[in-house]
Amino acid sequence: MTPETRSGAAAGPPITGEAASAGTRQAGRSLSWLYYVVLPVLFVLVWSLLTDVMAVFPGALLPSPVKVATAFVRSIASGELTDNIAASLQRIFYADLSALALGVPIGLAMGLYQRIEKLLDGLLSLFRPIPPLAWVPLSILWFGIGTVSIVFITFLSAFFAILVSTIAGVRSLDKLHVRAALSLGASRRRLLTHVVLPTTLSSIFTGLRIAIGVSWMSIVGAELIAASSGLGYMINYYQQVLRTDLVIVGMITIGVIGLVMDLASRWIERLLLPWRQGVRLP
Amino acid sequence: MTANTKIAIAGVTKQFDGAAGAPVKALDRVDLDIADGEFLAILGPSGCGKSSLLNIIAGFERSSSGRIEVDGKSIDGPEPNRGVVFQEYALFPWLTVTGNIGFGPASRGFRASEIDKLVGRYVGLVGLQGFEQKYPHELSGGMRQRCALARCMANDPDIMLMDEPLAALDALTRVALQDELLRIWSEASRERKKTVVYVTHSIDEAIFLSDRIIVMSPRPGRIRGEFAVPFSRPRLPELRVHKDFHRLSDEIWLMLQVEMRR
Repeated sequence: MTPETRSGAAAGPPITGEAASAGTRQAGRSLSWLYYVVLPVLFVLVWSLLTDVMAVFPGALLPSPVKVATAFVRSIASGELTDNIAASLQRIFYADLSALALGVPIGLAMGLYQRIEKLLDGLLSLFRPIPPLAWVPLSILWFGIGTVSIVFITFLSAFFAILVSTIAGVRSLDKLHVRAALSLGASRRRLLTHVVLPTTLSSIFTGLRIAIGVSWMSIVGAELIAASSGLGYMINYYQQVLRTDLVIVGMITIGVIGLVMDLASRWIERLLLPWRQGVRLP
Repeated sequence: MTANTKIAIAGVTKQFDGAAGAPVKALDRVDLDIADGEFLAILGPSGCGKSSLLNIIAGFERSSSGRIEVDGKSIDGPEPNRGVVFQEYALFPWLTVTGNIGFGPASRGFRASEIDKLVGRYVGLVGLQGFEQKYPHELSGGMRQRCALARCMANDPDIMLMDEPLAALDALTRVALQDELLRIWSEASRERKKTVVYVTHSIDEAIFLSDRIIVMSPRPGRIRGEFAVPFSRPRLPELRVHKDFHRLSDEIWLMLQVEMRR
């Protein structure tokens, strides 16, 4: 073995000064969670100041943090919040699953075959700019108020994110990978399953993450109008009866769940596609 | 063409449509016979068509005219008997070292136990023991190229086509890998000598590695000259400082200078 291999694995790409700064970075990392906490804490403090001390708005319009926290605990205890979370999550699950089931094969076909792309591109490009919420009126007429309508609207938003990412993934196929595979004796079929698909998989994951993000936004929007359960329905309902504490409980829950879903999909991606870390920018 | 010829190239021309609409000749009537078991270096500045020629031999591109025969049969696309090592390694980032090296045998329908045996053998040959489960992004440039070399050889090809395989590496790693490359080639050639076509723009690399050097010149890509490399094998690192080595190097350099000024 030559010296180059002995040092190779640990060193990775030789970036000058990286080793030197590693020590300080390690020390910084142990306290880095503070950065995430500073602003939220400050936010709650200011909120408390505005409500408890200065009473800028009447309590009914902007309740204090303590009041919201109390409402949160009660709403969980009564099962109301959890039921609405379950309703929204179930819808997003169905919507994103069907978006994957349709978006990936269509995206693969469009990325691989120009004719199919030309055939579908015009129609899809026309539908894509229509905001998912613009489908609400028709959706209510077709499917009524309830889960089917919401799933349909959410599906539309997720579908395009996955479709576009899948096509981009096929396009990012490296010519050299194709050549290498062919010269190693891969058949056309194996090229598809062992080169095209893995290349596309990471893009599909990116698409899924975007899809979860946009579909979570459109599901809440759709539930404001076309549902009788779910987090969107909940905040709309409590606005009408002027229980702003519960409106805020719903909003915070929406934010937290969106964040958790994004973190979870990143974690799953790292688990399933360990090699992706090398592709990502530092 | 003699009985010993492995690759016969006759009148190969490759023409592109240039930016101005005028056809550009990447290769112009190239004739070249490569002997069985020969280590041939193709040397030239960028744009001389050396990579085009290699891509045509590999079956990745078609020539505009002319004939290329391997073992007397004209080629039709890439095939595992003509292995390729790329400058950019072209390892599959989603596969580990093991997965990359086993890709060829797996593509050709070998059984899992046979693939494991081959992978173990070639991991050992290129000195990647202990890195079997690493992904390409976890390896240094030199190790990636070892892995790419092993991946190519796991198919036990008669012909290995190498397109500036060491050009992306730093100077020290590069010299170390030249020595390694010769050792690996001679070990892999123990039963049957492998023919190597090695494209490079480094004169010293061409001399150190090859039996014969073809010098090409650009616009249009043509063969300008040919040098036999007289040094016996195995070649030791000290050869690089031998006066005959430098004399040959200077001679080739002068020819390239003339070509560049034309």
